[in-house]
Amino acid sequence: MTSVADAPPDATADVVAAGPVKPRRRWNLTLVIGAGLVGLVVLTALVSFLWTPYDPTRVDPSQTLLSPGGDHWLGTDHFGRDIVSQLLVGARTTLFVGVVAVAIAAAVGVPLGLLAATGHRWLSEPVMRALDIVFAFPAILLAIILAAGFGASTLTGMIAIGVANVPVFGRLTRAGAMQVLQSDFVLAARSYGRRGVVLMVRYVLPNIAALLIVQASVSFAHAVLAEAALSYLGYGTPPPTPTWGRMLQEAQNYFVVQPMLAVWPGLAIALSVLGFNLMGDGLRDALDPRLRGR
Amino acid sequence: MTGVSGLVVEDLVVKVHDIQAVKGVSFEIGRGRRMGLIGESGCGKSLTALALMGLLPHGVTASGRVLLNGRNLLDLSDKQMCAVRGNDIAMVFQEPMTALNPLMRVGNQVAESLRLHKGMNRAAASARAVELLERVQLPEPDRTARKYPHQLSGGQRQRVVLAIALACDPAVLVADEPTTALDVTVQAEMLRLMDTLVREEGASLLLITHDLPVVASICEELLVMYGGSIVEHGDVATVFDSPRHPYTAGLRASTVLESTDGSGRLSTIPGRVPSLGSFPTGCVYRNRCPRADDVCGTVPLLTAPPGSTQRAACHHPIESDQPLGSGKASA
Repeated sequence: MTSVADAPPDATADVVAAGPVKPRRRWNLTLVIGAGLVGLVVLTALVSFLWTPYDPTRVDPSQTLLSPGGDHWLGTDHFGRDIVSQLLVGARTTLFVGVVAVAIAAAVGVPLGLLAATGHRWLSEPVMRALDIVFAFPAILLAIILAAGFGASTLTGMIAIGVANVPVFGRLTRAGAMQVLQSDFVLAARSYGRRGVVLMVRYVLPNIAALLIVQASVSFAHAVLAEAALSYLGYGTPPPTPTWGRMLQEAQNYFVVQPMLAVWPGLAIALSVLGFNLMGDGLRDALDPRLRGR
Repeated sequence: MTGVSGLVVEDLVVKVHDIQAVKGVSFEIGRGRRMGLIGESGCGKSLTALALMGLLPHGVTASGRVLLNGRNLLDLSDKQMCAVRGNDIAMVFQEPMTALNPLMRVGNQVAESLRLHKGMNRAAASARAVELLERVQLPEPDRTARKYPHQLSGGQRQRVVLAIALACDPAVLVADEPTTALDVTVQAEMLRLMDTLVREEGASLLLITHDLPVVASICEELLVMYGGSIVEHGDVATVFDSPRHPYTAGLRASTVLESTDGSGRLSTIPGRVPSLGSFPTGCVYRNRCPRADDVCGTVPLLTAPPGSTQRAACHHPIESDQPLGSGKASA
């Protein structure tokens, strides 16, 4: 009682305790490096529309398996096709497949995850079990089935990779959303009348965005690798359109003669995957006001 | 009671998986009155608050009647209740650290309720939000409105929570331990501010706390809750000065207000609050009560002696100036 009665009448005492607001750093190194690598891949893909040193599909029997240097900067493959030109054009497929596959996965998985998180048992259980079934189904098998039905193409590859990633986003969204739904501020939002879809989209989704962004960057990296694997197996983009995955596949037959053939597409895949991972990490930090400036 | 009735709660029962956590609680808060609800943790205080708000978690159900403006809130659909929440009945939460959306600027959070219930457009709601932040005495309200919760101190955040609760001039404000998480100096200001605003708005206040001085400082009436039942009800000063229920007396003896034996030590109530479902039958307090006997095996009624409004649910109430623990002989 005494503490209440004797408290200083200064209404701003707690204001002082807030301390100065830290100056915000506008960028972080992870984001810059990640965005730089991703930008490089994007730029490569864009440049390929305007210019390539050679026609990437032109076969030249007199110039096969050249080492890097000379007229062909990174050499040629067993058909005499220019490696640089193939890498440039291959970036298009890689980016396209990655972006579309992740978009499919997120566009289907996130709403399903939110739906499952709302807690209605008759809604949540079927959704989660359906996701389990998809999760248990190998992506490669799905791609083979689609390829058998519709013919192998970039599109079937993208769909297969996208669908295979739906459960990843669904589960992550559900787990994250359930945690956020338990929090006081959601209860508070409900206490002033927020509900339903708006509550999910404006309160829950932003608070799991960091999770989803990181997952998107990881999934993108996986999609690039999966696309490479599908091309390698012959269930992705059909020849002669160059993809990094198939370049890698074709390189293995000539590994002893010209090992550099495998290095270039491998390096391209590794750098773009690294780029997307770093960018996801950086974006997470940059988008969270709590982590800014740390 | 007063001509204009505020909130009327009749026989509110809250069940947690078929175990009664709140056992038929009834009380009435007149319009503009300030009611305190105290009790130890686990007494059903917060469940009562959430039941009033219609925000009970899954698996927890409420029955009885909660009347506000002639409507039973427990009968309303979820959608109807959403129109009531924030507009007619609002809540201040215990933890200002977690009660705000970390990713939304505080001004927008205050504006949310206005846009939702008053149909204001973005600009009007934002302008009103700044006014509200000024009313809760936040410095530089227009700048504060653009800050995120993590940039504010605990006291400042609790002011924002209060601004949100008061945004639509609710008839009833439920404050669940609004000062527990704050520093003592900040607590006093927060209470004074809440007191002022509730008076200005003419809103009814239900202040839930386990802190007796807090209740004493701003409430008019007091409900003492134990084991999901109301054990004592009356005017704050009267209940404080001469508690009739041994539990209230025990609570009072364990605060700084009283130093029973002159040693300067705080006294304690023996034992601890039983877990849900393991309260004794009959009087819920009898396993910890110094005055308990065989009669206490039956449930005592909440009654007042003739000529008094101070009701207590006890078979052996303490009559004035009688030391605790010696009631049996006279009862």
